Amino acid sequence: MKVVVVGAGIVGAACAFHAAAAGLDVTVLDRGPVGAGTTSRGEGNILLSDKEPGPELELARLSRDLWDEAAEELGPETVEFETKGGLVVASTPDALGALHAFAARQAAAGVRTEAVERVGELEPHVAPGLPGGVHYPQDAQVQPVLAAAGLLRAAVRHGARTHTGEAVAAVTGTDGRIAGVRTADGTVLPADAVVNAAGTWGGEVGRRLGAPVGILPRRGFVLVTEPLPPMIRHKVYSADYVANVASSDEGLETSCVVEGTRAGTILIGASRERVGFDTSMNPAVVARLAAQACRLFPFLRGVHLIRAYRGFRPYCPDHLPVIGPDPRVPGVLHACGHEGAGIGLAPGTGALVTAQLLGRPWRGADPAAHTGLLPDRFLTTGGVPK
Amino acid sequence: MSESADLVVVGAGPAGMAAAATALDGGLRVVLIDSGAAPGGQFWRHPPLSAREAVPTADLHHGLSTYRALCATLSAHEGTGRLTLLLNHHVWTTAREEDGFAVHAMDRGRAPEERAVVLRAPALLVATGAYDRQLPFPGWDLPGVLTAGGLQSLLKGGGVVAGSRVVLGGTGPFLLPVAAALAARGAKVVAVCEAAAPSAWLRHPAALLRNPAKWAEGARYAGTLARHRVPVRTRTAIVGAEGEGRVAVVRTAALDAAGRPLPGTERRIEADTVGVGWGFVPQLDLLLPLGCDLADAGDGTMAAAVDDGQRTTVPGLYTAGETCGVGGAALAVSEGRVAAVSVLTDLSAPARPGTRRPAAERRAVARHRAFARAMAQAHPLPPAWPAWLTDDTPVCRCEEVTAGAVRAARADDAAADHRQVKQLTRAGMGWCQGRMCGPAVHCLVSARDQPYAPTERLIATPVTLGALADSGEPTTDPS
Amino acid sequence: MTAVTAFTVDGEPLPFVPGQTLAAALVASGRVAWRTTRGGQRPRGIFCGIGVCYDCLVTVDGTGGQRACLVQARAGMAVTTGEGDDE
Repeated sequence: MKVVVVGAGIVGAACAFHAAAAGLDVTVLDRGPVGAGTTSRGEGNILLSDKEPGPELELARLSRDLWDEAAEELGPETVEFETKGGLVVASTPDALGALHAFAARQAAAGVRTEAVERVGELEPHVAPGLPGGVHYPQDAQVQPVLAAAGLLRAAVRHGARTHTGEAVAAVTGTDGRIAGVRTADGTVLPADAVVNAAGTWGGEVGRRLGAPVGILPRRGFVLVTEPLPPMIRHKVYSADYVANVASSDEGLETSCVVEGTRAGTILIGASRERVGFDTSMNPAVVARLAAQACRLFPFLRGVHLIRAYRGFRPYCPDHLPVIGPDPRVPGVLHACGHEGAGIGLAPGTGALVTAQLLGRPWRGADPAAHTGLLPDRFLTTGGVPK
Repeated sequence: MSESADLVVVGAGPAGMAAAATALDGGLRVVLIDSGAAPGGQFWRHPPLSAREAVPTADLHHGLSTYRALCATLSAHEGTGRLTLLLNHHVWTTAREEDGFAVHAMDRGRAPEERAVVLRAPALLVATGAYDRQLPFPGWDLPGVLTAGGLQSLLKGGGVVAGSRVVLGGTGPFLLPVAAALAARGAKVVAVCEAAAPSAWLRHPAALLRNPAKWAEGARYAGTLARHRVPVRTRTAIVGAEGEGRVAVVRTAALDAAGRPLPGTERRIEADTVGVGWGFVPQLDLLLPLGCDLADAGDGTMAAAVDDGQRTTVPGLYTAGETCGVGGAALAVSEGRVAAVSVLTDLSAPARPGTRRPAAERRAVARHRAFARAMAQAHPLPPAWPAWLTDDTPVCRCEEVTAGAVRAARADDAAADHRQVKQLTRAGMGWCQGRMCGPAVHCLVSARDQPYAPTERLIATPVTLGALADSGEPTTDPS
Repeated sequence: MTAVTAFTVDGEPLPFVPGQTLAAALVASGRVAWRTTRGGQRPRGIFCGIGVCYDCLVTVDGTGGQRACLVQARAGMAVTTGEGDDE
């Protein structure tokens, strides 16, 4: 089976990695280099802690296991894979109560959680006086571009090819089934299946393939500090982050996420704004993120911000990724809309797409277990968008 | 602190000073802001006013009469209250707002303290200049190896000669004043290694002949160098530096037409100090996030695209001087004046006699630009310069990424630009954010003849999170 | 040039001429390196001299990440250099 994967970000690379490993004939098509879009704009989160029980958490749990496997194959050092664990802290007794209730539901869904009374024992530099938190030992981190590049290289070792170009249209046969992808320079890549892994541009690529999906950008800034000796051990964030991730509010939301990296820098997130693809700098967001981080880790007051970047998280209206065959154009599969969780969900997505292509389970991914992510949920039975 | 004006000028070098003076003469309220301790920028770098007697540097300068005239104009307008001159202020970002621009700075007058300052104006003029372009070579990170501009700034700003036996290398006319200044202050300049061929200037005689002031300036440096017996070796490059803890020996070699070291021509020269510069890179950090278009500057770099009134492609945003392509102080002054006239016109300021001579200034700009282009063509980067790198030569000084690692990113992951190399190798991810290694990494992975465009930097200078936190509006966020 | 006053570098007084930067005073005293890199422990000090390269970082009165080439020396400043780390 010939498969064209549109998008060489982390999700496309993971789709190619699994599909090629399953013996499919894979070509990865992207207009730019590997991981140059939203992949390069994230912290590299592999999280269970921020997900409530449901279809996304199920995919995240599968994906977490597959990250262990992928890191083993690629070499954990080469992708800066760190099983550092997450620490969610509450700032008030009320918030702590809500956090514990949330964690109990996650634990019932198979997530390892550990209540922490004295967060200072896990994070010596955290602000004093916090009432407590929850430790999530399964949370991990990876350097996203290195991971995407590593997965893509591994896919090529399994026989995949890469092609630089921009997908402009589907080529369909008389039966309406996809037969290939036409690129901007007129090349046609023959295909029995096309995977739309174009991230934030997934909506546009879907439209070009005749299978539009509603993917919208949600802007976020990340701050990067000067390199320091190790000061922060876990991914540490405030309990309100979970509420913001799931929020549909139009306006600016910031919640504090702080973590160290292998390179010594500290990453500070996360802001969420629905401003389209507006690339302009927002100093107020930067100031607010800085203030929140300093409240969580007072030592940061004397630490320099040396870089900030912003990216556009691709999100669907219900905040779940859209993964699976599109009934409108047989042969087109979507694998996009992962919002801020694309790095963590990538291997699970790749395995699920591969299972859908094969028509049988692949590496623990059973299509029958992830029907909540199918594009059908946005379509009426007649294939018309709801 | 928050202050508003008609025009904010960032950078008090030749372009910014001239622009501010012209805009003030035209009746505008101007904030002129600079990170230095005195106006002048790099070209007219001076110690602070209070230290001029203790650190005399007048003999090191060129064009001081223009500088003094601009200083006099600026201080007169400080007297009228229409100029706010902010020194030791570092602009960390700019943003567009509904009525113009917000310029966010930190006052570091009492470093390491930082105090947030926000300036707002309908018009913004960025005159942030340029910095030395560097090409790495084995040993370039040894102590005692400096940029040519670094040697000059120590001299002009602090009266300090960095070493006693100096070798200069690279390309471009800037090496000569540095050599002359060092020699005049007692350093032994053992050699000036100019990679370009001596005949290169002759290919563009017209542009040179139309700029007699440049000839005079060149002749003055030549005289100084001859008096101090400083040898200038053309078609020669510094290809290595050696030493334990400080440079002790410099290796130079003659270059073939492509810039490859010719076998058998290598010399070892004892020296304790090296100064290197391969032309300059426009400082675009404040311009890029505002979204202004770039244009090929003709010297291997991209610069801000401007119309003949120094307007960028972003309404209300102007730029003058080296940000539009490196061309020297005289050009920068002319461009600054032209830019200010555009600001006056665009803000519909009432005309005042003597402030609008745009036609003459525009002719001066055209003449100086032609000269700069001729200079750039006469002093190209030798295309084969990577030949003198070894795989273990550090390219990124901050993150210590080697030439071998950069080449591997190109070979293994098809990295074709410096942004991609940064993500894959960390070259350019350290403290300097690729300002030093960016042009070199670009040369190592990009297609030949493609000019270097720096990566976008939303944070133009590091700021402490504490100062940032205090700068924002109070939030009710409980975390 | 007469040195009229001093700041301290790792506790030792260093004379400077008012108006000089920390880097100018250090270089005038013969020092061109005062820090080592995180990775290879390579010496770093004055390089670009105009605040662009960040090689010359020092800690001033307890705050790290200060570019010695930009900070004006003041009498009584306590400068610490980074031996073995990046500050």
